[in-house]
Amino acid sequence: MAEQDWMSEVRAMVGREYGRVYAWDEVNAPMIRQWCEMMGVDNPLYTDAAYAATTEHGAIVSPPAMLQAWCLEGLHPNNYPPGSTKENPYEVLRLLESHGFKSVVAVNSDLSFERYVKVGERLYYTTRLDAVGEEKTTALGTGYFVTLVMSFFSDKPTGDEKVGELLFRVFKFRPANVQAAAEAPKAEAVQKIKRPKPGVSDDTRFFWEGAAAGKLLIQRCKCCGTLRHPPGPVCTKCHSFDWDTVEATGAGSIHSFVVMHYPEVPPFDHPNPVGLIELDEGVRLVAGLVGVKRNEIMIGQRVQVEFQSFDDGELTLPLFRPVAP
Amino acid sequence: MTNQTLSGRAAIVGLGATEFSKNSGRTELRLAMEATLSALADAGIDPSEVEGFSSYTMDKVPEYEVARLLGCKNVKFFSQIPHGGGAACAPVMHAAMAVATGVAKVVVVYRAMNERSWYRFGTGTYGFGDTPIFENVNYGWYMPHGLHTPAAWVGMFAQRYMHTYGATSEDFGRVAVGVRDFAATNPAAFFYGKPITLADHQASRWIAEPLHLLDCCQESDGAVAMVITSAERARDLRQKPVIIKAGAQGISDGQQSMTSFYREDITGLPEMGVVAKELYAQSGLGPDDFQTAVIYDHFTPFVLPQLEEFGFAKRGEAKDFIRAGHHARGGKLPINPHGGQLGEAYIHGMNGVAEAVRQVRGTAANQVADVENVLVTAGTGVPTSGLILGTA
Repeated sequence: MAEQDWMSEVRAMVGREYGRVYAWDEVNAPMIRQWCEMMGVDNPLYTDAAYAATTEHGAIVSPPAMLQAWCLEGLHPNNYPPGSTKENPYEVLRLLESHGFKSVVAVNSDLSFERYVKVGERLYYTTRLDAVGEEKTTALGTGYFVTLVMSFFSDKPTGDEKVGELLFRVFKFRPANVQAAAEAPKAEAVQKIKRPKPGVSDDTRFFWEGAAAGKLLIQRCKCCGTLRHPPGPVCTKCHSFDWDTVEATGAGSIHSFVVMHYPEVPPFDHPNPVGLIELDEGVRLVAGLVGVKRNEIMIGQRVQVEFQSFDDGELTLPLFRPVAP
Repeated sequence: MTNQTLSGRAAIVGLGATEFSKNSGRTELRLAMEATLSALADAGIDPSEVEGFSSYTMDKVPEYEVARLLGCKNVKFFSQIPHGGGAACAPVMHAAMAVATGVAKVVVVYRAMNERSWYRFGTGTYGFGDTPIFENVNYGWYMPHGLHTPAAWVGMFAQRYMHTYGATSEDFGRVAVGVRDFAATNPAAFFYGKPITLADHQASRWIAEPLHLLDCCQESDGAVAMVITSAERARDLRQKPVIIKAGAQGISDGQQSMTSFYREDITGLPEMGVVAKELYAQSGLGPDDFQTAVIYDHFTPFVLPQLEEFGFAKRGEAKDFIRAGHHARGGKLPINPHGGQLGEAYIHGMNGVAEAVRQVRGTAANQVADVENVLVTAGTGVPTSGLILGTA
């Protein structure tokens, strides 16, 4: 079954990297001592400077398992040190929440280490949204496994050095005993992603203004009459800078096409068929295909332009629909 | 001296590379330095002797920083080549021109990237804006329709090529199967020990029809560097000289970057035709003079028209060349014996130049017998480049 449209927004976030979150304090002996007391760790390597001096480390080091603790926010939520990113690495969870997957359970927290961290080092981490799984139903309910990977670095003038990594996975789900109807998503809570806007220059403005007015305009050399697309400031045949435009009939045929499947980038629907259209006037342009069945698109198929407005009229595009030969 | 051409004037004398991976775990600058120092050590040339650099405009490691870290004091030549993988062969060509003209005696070329772990080219989301600079205006014809990945741009050419010449998705698949077979026996390859079958290719999911997943190279992290100096000096260095017999760049009619859709015929790669003609003219060689070739394979479909542009097959008949297995292990022109970008790694084509160096030296993982000349091509669908490397 096809995923719902809003999931393509979630999918598009996968792979996203989030900026640095710094540690409030340098790695220091008092915090190590307190952590060891709390955790019941009595290895003198972490607390006894005289003993640590006799080891290969030469001085007190931080317990590896403490890695995440150095970069925690502290008592007050979301209170990170200056210079830390304002981005929210958990934004994907909020998005899932807005679609009714309100419950969460942590399922993995796997720490790995490159080396021991020494007193005096300043750490930070960056986060990558590593994966969002397919929809799964467990005893808890239906939802998605979301995996984040935090990479921890030591901040050094000579070049930052990776010291460890934390793989953190949660199951973000709609509890099995909750009615989906009660969880109607708030559409306005999620900002709508718009289609990319074209860059428009003095050489091409006529095309986009024409499209907005429902006209497919082609640039024409005033000197030799050559039609050209994409438009440019000068004729490729006679190098005249004088040009005007003609309105195309909008009839043409498919010269080539692709059907976009992956990556599913919002706000596009996938599969997304896109054609290279040869207009009857003789120039080609790229445009989306509408009213086509994926397996029935054919090179040579006759098509006719129609205009569609997107994003509350901010963008009008010529699209092409098959017509009888 | 009456030799006014580039052919035979310079040689690749040092080769260095990092491992290829999905996450190098270190900076691009560090990758560049590891590969460069390794290439200089391989050549037996002291870093202080480097007088020139060439790389890609897309490389984010500046040559001045490489120069600073190497301790260079006398750098007299530096260039960067645009258009992504279309650059792949051109840094070596530029280095050879600098050496041949005496502008610089020793030139380092490099490509270093964390194109997998730090950023990716295939996400379909780019920083294109709507200010009227040319790039934004140009991509404005495609992005609003969602035609926004390299695979999709290649797919537009491939669909027409299939329609015109009767090539099939299976023909593209045979390219992938051939290079993955080589990768399977190249310990440096991403897909070492992981060959695929044509059935695997056909069953792999769609990326942008007509391209399946296995028509597309994986994105990767890594670096490759080489050292170029005069053919004369190369004779006295520790490695077998790899002579630069020809180098060329190409732009042809109706050229765009990935979107030359407006040419009368979009089934060929005329910019590669420009490169082919120039390479053959410079070197005096022809299609029958190569024992192996490194043909740019970020996506399988463009391998076919390249074979045609270089005269290995007639127009529209590359599919027959592929169906006969001439490109595969043991074929008459084994293509991408390192596994290609589809199988070894995507280091923007520079790893393909490295393979040509190893084939000429006789040190490749999948060494082809009696190699005298190797053709190398760069990125397709963009302004491009090519090289002929060979024995002295």
